[in-house]
Amino acid sequence: MNWLTNFVRPKFRALVGPKKEIPDNLWEKCPGCSAMLFKRELEENLNVCRHCGFHLKMDAKKRLEVLYDDGRYQLIEIPKVLTDPLKFRDQKRYADRLKDAQHKTGQQDAIIVAEGQMGGIKTVIAVFDFSFMGGSMGMAVGEGIVVAAKRAIAIHAPLVVFPASGGARMQEGALSLMQMPRTIIAATEVKQAGLPYIVVLTDPTTGGVTASFAMVGDIHIAEKGAQIGFAGARVIESTIRETLPPGFQRSEYLLEHGMVDIVVERKDLQTTLIRILRLLGKGSINKKAPLLTGPVPHGARGLRRI
Amino acid sequence: MQILEFEKSVAELEAKIDELRHISDGSRGVNIADEISRLQDKVDKQLRHIYGRLTPSQKVQVARHPERPHCLDYIKVLVEDFTPLAGDRCFAEDQAIIGGLGRLSGRACVIIGQERGNDTESRIKHNFGMAKPEGYRKAQRLMHLADRFGLPIVTFVDTAGAFPGVDAEARGQAEAIARSIETCLSVSVPFVTCIIGEGGSGGAIAMAAGDRVLMLEHAIYSVISPEGCASILWRNASHAADAAAALRLTAQDLLQLGIIDQIISEPLGGAHRKPADVITHVGEALTQALGELLSIDSKSLLAQRHEKYLNMGKTGLN
Ligand SMILES: [Zn+2]
Repeated sequence: MNWLTNFVRPKFRALVGPKKEIPDNLWEKCPGCSAMLFKRELEENLNVCRHCGFHLKMDAKKRLEVLYDDGRYQLIEIPKVLTDPLKFRDQKRYADRLKDAQHKTGQQDAIIVAEGQMGGIKTVIAVFDFSFMGGSMGMAVGEGIVVAAKRAIAIHAPLVVFPASGGARMQEGALSLMQMPRTIIAATEVKQAGLPYIVVLTDPTTGGVTASFAMVGDIHIAEKGAQIGFAGARVIESTIRETLPPGFQRSEYLLEHGMVDIVVERKDLQTTLIRILRLLGKGSINKKAPLLTGPVPHGARGLRRI
Repeated sequence: MQILEFEKSVAELEAKIDELRHISDGSRGVNIADEISRLQDKVDKQLRHIYGRLTPSQKVQVARHPERPHCLDYIKVLVEDFTPLAGDRCFAEDQAIIGGLGRLSGRACVIIGQERGNDTESRIKHNFGMAKPEGYRKAQRLMHLADRFGLPIVTFVDTAGAFPGVDAEARGQAEAIARSIETCLSVSVPFVTCIIGEGGSGGAIAMAAGDRVLMLEHAIYSVISPEGCASILWRNASHAADAAAALRLTAQDLLQLGIIDQIISEPLGGAHRKPADVITHVGEALTQALGELLSIDSKSLLAQRHEKYLNMGKTGLN
């Protein structure tokens, strides 16, 4: 039995509009050039340093807001998974770490899934929240990818995933390892449905996340300067005692080594995605229905130049 | 044989037995034979006691025991007409992963496994069982070959993990692992895997996402090595024993979590004490699992495999 046959219509959370202004009394130091950046200005510039172009990490919801037309999207609820299945405890209980992360971020776990129009194309987007336990992939994150794939297939929409993750969530043991095959099955189902599956690798994407759904996309886009790899740089340095070449495991390095299709600056991400989705959607040979049907809606008016 | 620290008392008794055997040619042979059998009973009793309650950290040591049978030991005994096949057709041949055609219980199969080596020379040749991208790409190629000719796939998992090196990264270690998992999940032939020693993280699942996952009684399977986990979460690798316990990496815990399907018993005192016995047991279990899968049509097989992984994580530990 195909898992899509028992698809349950996801409950939508409230329609989310453009975000309110954040407090503007904060400064942030650029990791690239050490310049002090006025936080509100930094946010307006998509968290990219005006001086050196360094791409700082970006809030998951903010990403959705700038990707979707008019900043409007609907969050898709991720079904609850077992909490702390191993009753894991290091110096602190995993259950407490989870609660802290939920409290700090206001999120259930390290991924959010949404749907909306991007350039007039109905698109499902899953974004990792690195601030939630380093974006680590446990059962909830795996479930997020599965739900995103189900939704994309159900509404016949492309799936775009933005990983930002240190890898598997150790506190869920081998259950987190099993999210590698789980998420790959989800990605495969999207591709088998004839829908584009696009991965936008953001800083950082490492470990079991890179080695699963993040590396089996139809198209791999890397955000400029992102760290992307399997083994951590420190692990390689300490255990193998090799010196790392300049730019090692950065987006541009992966491009050079044939692992990604394009390296894109954050400001060009949306237009690049829309252009690719439109081109892929134009294919009609052996296809049941083109992706883009009907007139281009209001939100995509400004996109004629792409 | 390498003696593990928790087996010291057993080793002392065994040394005594050896000593007695040396002098047993004399006239007092009968008394000595009695003494040997008495000591042997004691050894067995101690082994039963120790191995009946191995801690997770002790299991890690047993799983990594250098004299534990490795992939090639199983192939040598269980696989007739083994015909190794080499190369990924892109870059190189990686001997960390052995693969080829052969017959298991008379049935033609594709056999793939990680080989760690058993002395310095062979360990270097096999890169300690830590594959580079070309190793995983060879595995993919052989899985596709199996699929094309309708041959079942059997894999032996035994690796500390995928090789963490600059060259491996440059050639796309992550992509190679991801594609291997994808290939495991897409081939429409029966796929049985056996974790014979250490199932180390992504490097292990790359060859283990099959229909049936069997695991030896004292093998381990984990998302990260206990040492790696300890150095991150405890900020100190000396907490590896705590991490081993917390990670739930034993066959017994993984069976309860539904991550593996079956535990294969090891001989008293671990696989390294009686390699021939454990190899036979594994052969029987593999043959039985394959037999069960061969009766399922390929479409249902694939659907069931996907269901299996999608449904994982529904039950926690008691
Ligand atoms: Zn800067």
